Amino acid sequence: MEVNKIILTFSSLPQNVTIARMLASSLGAQMDLALSELEELKVAVSEAVSNAIIHGYSNAPDQFVTLELEADETKISIQVTDNGCGIPDVNQAMQASYSTDPDRMGLGFIFMQSFMDELRVESEVNKGTKVLMVKYLSHNRPSSH
Amino acid sequence: MNKRIERQTLHLYLEGELDMKNASELKSVIDLDIEKKGVRTVILHLDDLHFIDSSGLGVILGRYKKLLPLEGKLKIANAPPHIYRIMELSGLPKIIEFLPKEPAV
Repeated sequence: MEVNKIILTFSSLPQNVTIARMLASSLGAQMDLALSELEELKVAVSEAVSNAIIHGYSNAPDQFVTLELEADETKISIQVTDNGCGIPDVNQAMQASYSTDPDRMGLGFIFMQSFMDELRVESEVNKGTKVLMVKYLSHNRPSSH
Repeated sequence: MNKRIERQTLHLYLEGELDMKNASELKSVIDLDIEKKGVRTVILHLDDLHFIDSSGLGVILGRYKKLLPLEGKLKIANAPPHIYRIMELSGLPKIIEFLPKEPAV
């Protein structure tokens, strides 16, 4: 099975959120995701990278975020890693209305959860956060059996 | 981003992408018109908006909340279907009025 892996490390700058989601969307398009799924993939990546910059690094522009994309015949896996402040209580952070910023509604994780088939968050205080998301392709394809 | 103020109504025509890189710009544009020009109704026209995430939705919700105690309103017009789906998932249509599609002028 052919595996296509892309790893990109970029500065924690807001304009790189666009680049991160465009890259994921390009890979998704190659894997024949439907247009609506590409839109959802873009939102999920946007949330993960925005979280890394806003919460992980408190908007410091001189840090680095790593985006790892991996596609095979069955799925697209996306990993977003920062070396920022970490999340003290991951379960609480993933609650519906939880946000440390009143304007952000705590929707980030909701979107990641809703738009991806799997979501896993690993975080350690003062070490950083890793968000792993998986989108399966098989059920999106016309049935072959 | 084009804008037009008619009486106390601010019409904003959003374009492209609304995420963390330009959300704070939108926030200050709207807040300034609320504070300095006495705007009490904000209508966001989303015809040409291609992308929104929680940073963008947060700013919209925040402006709604800012206008509430001023007895003002925030409304959304012409949200493209994929943008509307994301707004729907966030529960926004339960509190914010979505205007039906206007005929092209």
